[in-house]
Amino acid sequence: MTTSRRQFFGQAAAVSAGVAMASPAVEAIAAAGPPGGAGLVEVAFKVNGERRKLSIDPRVTLLDALRERLQLTGTKKGCDRGQCGACTVHVDDRRVLSCLTLAATLQGKEVTTIEGIADGDELHPVQRAFIDHDGFQCGFCTSGQIMSAVKIVEEPAVRTDDQIREAMSGNICRCGAYPNILEAIKQAKGGER
Amino acid sequence: MHAFDYASPSSVADALKLAKPGSAFLAGGTTLVDLMKLDVMTPDRVIDVNGLPLKGIRLHTGALHIGALERMGDVAAHPVVTATHPMISRALLLSASGQLRNMASIGGNLMQRTRCDYFRDVTSACNKRLPGSGCPALTGINRGHAILGTSDSCAATHASDVAVAFVALEAQVVLRNKDGDRTVPLEDFYRLPGSTPERENVLGPGELIAEVVVPTLPWARNSTYLKIRDRQSYEFALTSVAAAVNLKRGVIQDVRLAAGGVGTKPWRLRQVEEALKGSVAVERTFADAAESAVDGARPLAHNAFKTSLLKRTIVRALLDAAGVR
Repeated sequence: MTTSRRQFFGQAAAVSAGVAMASPAVEAIAAAGPPGGAGLVEVAFKVNGERRKLSIDPRVTLLDALRERLQLTGTKKGCDRGQCGACTVHVDDRRVLSCLTLAATLQGKEVTTIEGIADGDELHPVQRAFIDHDGFQCGFCTSGQIMSAVKIVEEPAVRTDDQIREAMSGNICRCGAYPNILEAIKQAKGGER
Repeated sequence: MHAFDYASPSSVADALKLAKPGSAFLAGGTTLVDLMKLDVMTPDRVIDVNGLPLKGIRLHTGALHIGALERMGDVAAHPVVTATHPMISRALLLSASGQLRNMASIGGNLMQRTRCDYFRDVTSACNKRLPGSGCPALTGINRGHAILGTSDSCAATHASDVAVAFVALEAQVVLRNKDGDRTVPLEDFYRLPGSTPERENVLGPGELIAEVVVPTLPWARNSTYLKIRDRQSYEFALTSVAAAVNLKRGVIQDVRLAAGGVGTKPWRLRQVEEALKGSVAVERTFADAAESAVDGARPLAHNAFKTSLLKRTIVRALLDAAGVR
């Protein structure tokens, strides 16, 4: 029996989920923690249309909540400092950095991640365009690139190549797939200008 | 990250009541969460102010009023702002990235901390982070540091772009505390480092920025914000200049100039403004006037280039704003 790359990563994710299970314990320590320390915060928000309720340490970022608590690992942790854009998601329909968003602040908000933009088996036009134009190499920044691009495609003021590059400057690609990312976004915006 | 209590009040009164020494207000989080991760900021209480009614962008009694919780991207795109104060819009659009501009608030932008690497590294000494510990930047790597307003304690630049435009436009900040409101010119809101670089502004403990008020200056429609940096996008300024020019038959009636990337706070260039008033708007005049911008500048080992870069940035910004290219 052969193991596909996807299956391998699925198994690897299960292992890392085991590691992630330590986090409630960390939270419990924090809850009982030092004077002035933090208790858990109850927060309810929608993720990809589904209601989710979490009891979390207020230090937990949306990025970690998505990956470690909600098993939505499509959103990637690049720099974890708001500098690379790999963790880009939509909150109330705006692209933001999940690594600098505390999950506790999301009461009543609607979060959309890379897992939530396709229509069933039908890819989002931006996802399709990234495949058509090979808009990635290693793929690590890709979910963030696509989440940014989905919003840029909707912005009528962003038209020229330079405007697209400027609008995408918060998403870094170490492989340097920028030319193909640009072509993908132009396709998703609808043809040549 | 150090542990903290979290509260999300829905009224300003409740937010001010929750504030205590060691607490921090959280708006967009793009500075605070970043610096909490680095242990540079270690509040034991975080008060989420995003539910407070400090929003709105409107023209009222001869001034543009911007609620402190308005997001950078929304202010930049607002039709009133682009029509009446284009340099504000320009300064915002040249800041950060689209994602950060969707998150960061105007009040938070004014409160952002310096990007000095020694400040951001808790293993380094830093008089701003740990008063009295010393300033490694003065003798270390200081290419990005300030040449104006520095002291023997600190040479960190103020990182905001829009604050430079606000200072040029003589904007005021409305500060709210338990006793009511007070209004302070933004230029005076910021303090020079002197021997107490840890005290960056005049905000009292538990005091909130409620709004920014920018007087309407009809001729400031001829304005620009020019930002020079190591890469074309998503980078802090080496130098920047906000410029607005009131021209009559080619002669400068009035002018506003402020600089970023060079000062320990947003730097109004009053002596350059005075030198320009009544002069003919040509490049030679601009260059002569720009000389006085660096009076009193104290370059460090790696940032002396900023003295000539600042003068050239002023000239180019004036050429753009006056439309005499």
